Amino acid sequence: MLYRIIALIRKEFLALFKDKKTRVVLVVPPLIQLLVFGYAATFDLNHVPFAVYNEDSSSASRELIAHFESSPNSQKTTDISDSREIQPLIDAREVMLVIHISPQFKRKLVLGEPAPVQVIVDGRNSNTASIVLNYTRSIVTDFNLQWAQQHGRASPPVYLQSRAWFNDNLQSRWFLVPGIVGLLTLLVTMLVTAMSVAREREQGTFDQLLVTPLRPIEILIGKAIPGFIIGLFEATLIILIAVFWFEIPLRGELLMLYSGVFLFLLSAIGVGLMISSLAATQQQALLGAFLFLVPAIILSGFATPIENMPDAVQTLTYINPLRYFMVVLRGVFLEGMPFELLMPQLWPMALIGVTCLFLAGWLFRHRMV
Amino acid sequence: MTRGGSTMRLRALVRKEFLQILRDPSSIAIAFVMPIVLLLLFGYGVSLDAKNVPVALVIDQPSADTASFSSAFYATDYFKPITLRNMQHAEIALLAGEVDGIVHLRADFGRDLRHAGGAPVQVIVNGVNANTGRLVLGYVNGVWSTWLQHQAEMRGGTLDVPVQVEQRVWFNSELRSRNFLVPGLIAIIMTLIGALLTALVVAREWERGTFEALMVTPVSITELMLGKMIPYFVLGTGSMLLSVVMALYLFDVPLRGSFWVLWLGSSLFLLVALGMGMLISTVTKNQFLAAQVAIIVTFLPAFLLSGFIFEIASMPTVVQIITHIIPARYFVALLQTLFLAGDVWSVILPNALALLLMAIVFFVLVWRKSRKRLE
Repeated sequence: MLYRIIALIRKEFLALFKDKKTRVVLVVPPLIQLLVFGYAATFDLNHVPFAVYNEDSSSASRELIAHFESSPNSQKTTDISDSREIQPLIDAREVMLVIHISPQFKRKLVLGEPAPVQVIVDGRNSNTASIVLNYTRSIVTDFNLQWAQQHGRASPPVYLQSRAWFNDNLQSRWFLVPGIVGLLTLLVTMLVTAMSVAREREQGTFDQLLVTPLRPIEILIGKAIPGFIIGLFEATLIILIAVFWFEIPLRGELLMLYSGVFLFLLSAIGVGLMISSLAATQQQALLGAFLFLVPAIILSGFATPIENMPDAVQTLTYINPLRYFMVVLRGVFLEGMPFELLMPQLWPMALIGVTCLFLAGWLFRHRMV
Repeated sequence: MTRGGSTMRLRALVRKEFLQILRDPSSIAIAFVMPIVLLLLFGYGVSLDAKNVPVALVIDQPSADTASFSSAFYATDYFKPITLRNMQHAEIALLAGEVDGIVHLRADFGRDLRHAGGAPVQVIVNGVNANTGRLVLGYVNGVWSTWLQHQAEMRGGTLDVPVQVEQRVWFNSELRSRNFLVPGLIAIIMTLIGALLTALVVAREWERGTFEALMVTPVSITELMLGKMIPYFVLGTGSMLLSVVMALYLFDVPLRGSFWVLWLGSSLFLLVALGMGMLISTVTKNQFLAAQVAIIVTFLPAFLLSGFIFEIASMPTVVQIITHIIPARYFVALLQTLFLAGDVWSVILPNALALLLMAIVFFVLVWRKSRKRLE
């Protein structure tokens, strides 16, 4: 039995790697994606272009503007002198933020009246807009505290001391790169396994395989192991790049990480083989894999938190293996999560994997018509 | 060969292609089911706006002052606070992911409040998701400053704040993330149909040799290409219309620009996507490869490098340069501006021009690649 399975595995690898283009496609693009997306996928703003419309040329207004200029997140592009210039600048996306200081600014400030500063933000990307508003508020708060100290004004009775755990500088790359590990591992594993049965069905060799002494369980193992090996290789490569190139801290134990990888691969292969045995042609298998992949990525919490989704959609995410793997990846990478906190993520992946593999094996024989 | 014969041949090819699409459940799924699923997911399911964020309020010594401060957290729908008695419990809750942040009022809160230096409030957020962490910090800041103002008013004065921020958000004053996600999604859906589906279908013809078989018939290369493109162009336009209708009537996204400009921009992008799909299939001539390449060079960049979710301006310079060769980048800029800002010609013209250039480049490449095969 072992010999038969090994022969089948060898055949699968030959089928995958005999073509040079396929060999390249399995290794090079995921690496390029990791590098490009690792840099591209960020919610942090580091060059907020802004324009200043200062109608109050006083030392105070210049000091406030200096606070904005010295912030590492923003970058002044223009000074404007007419309110009619604001609209074209924002419309054409040349600036995200316009700071408007009215003529009475210094006078009010000195008299102790609240001096207003108007900020206009481009809201086309709502997430960017709220981050810009947050930056603006914290810059003005800093200015206020400094002004209050220097001019003997009362400081507020309560002040905040904020800290972010696990990610002190709130870099979204630390959150997104471990997510990309899950994304790319799923992508490669699904494509390899989804094609495996469908290709043979389309070419008619699957029927031949079924009449050999190989039992369905042996075919299942023979089809699953190549996907597993490729997935494991891919995941390891990506984890290495995440740690050594992107310098994402790996605070948990490798054993925890790999038990997550192992169970996730099991579930991804299960889904892939199930789709593959349902499909009659390669094209159906590919499109089927795609129909699974896209919602799975969107509903995994990769870019948008699951907690923000409506309850019905949140319930739906429980059948998505990537959802659990995302928690494992981020938990092990950033929080150093211990085993007992990881358990609730591990067993659902195992359950999904075993169920799908069982269904795939059943479909081998029963989807004959 | 008369002109009439050419139209007839073309009509036959288009008919064949439509039949093929309609008879294969998987292509129907990509062309019709997928756009609707995506629209529903992005319209209802996905949101970057955190609401009802669970936070732990840790109050070492309850008093009238702490009650007043913590009631501010109960009053806003940004937070779903739970009150805990000590920091250990709160830290465990943060680790287990039950709360996203901790607001800690120390025992001497009431006393420090009345002293010159003021009372510190310790705020800890879970920074794993940096974006949510930052939003939560912003919300806490908002609750804090509203509370300060309230307190000052109750004492009959105004809060002594030197500079006050008056914020105005243009185009999307409620900052709904749906308003920018749904328009951008049209670019993703059209990439799916134009590039991925086309690449797969044409690659299958190459793989099976039916393309070569067609080439020995009187059908010309141009007719063949048109015969492939027309059905997918119609499908793509259909899904664009569907997306716009759903965006406007189901998700209440405003369309402030003109519909015809949107239609024109979408057609241009669709041509680019079709060109990419045809080029990929002509180069790979293999379904597996075509799918891999299509996902990697069209779908994922449309998702991640187009400004659909992630701001291009925040990417490193090298990546920003790369985004210039991603057609979806120009289309997403067009979409977000047309839907939320209006007919801003300084945005529309350069982006439309870029799409037009890309369409021409891709078609010249496809034409040259397919012609070579005949030699």
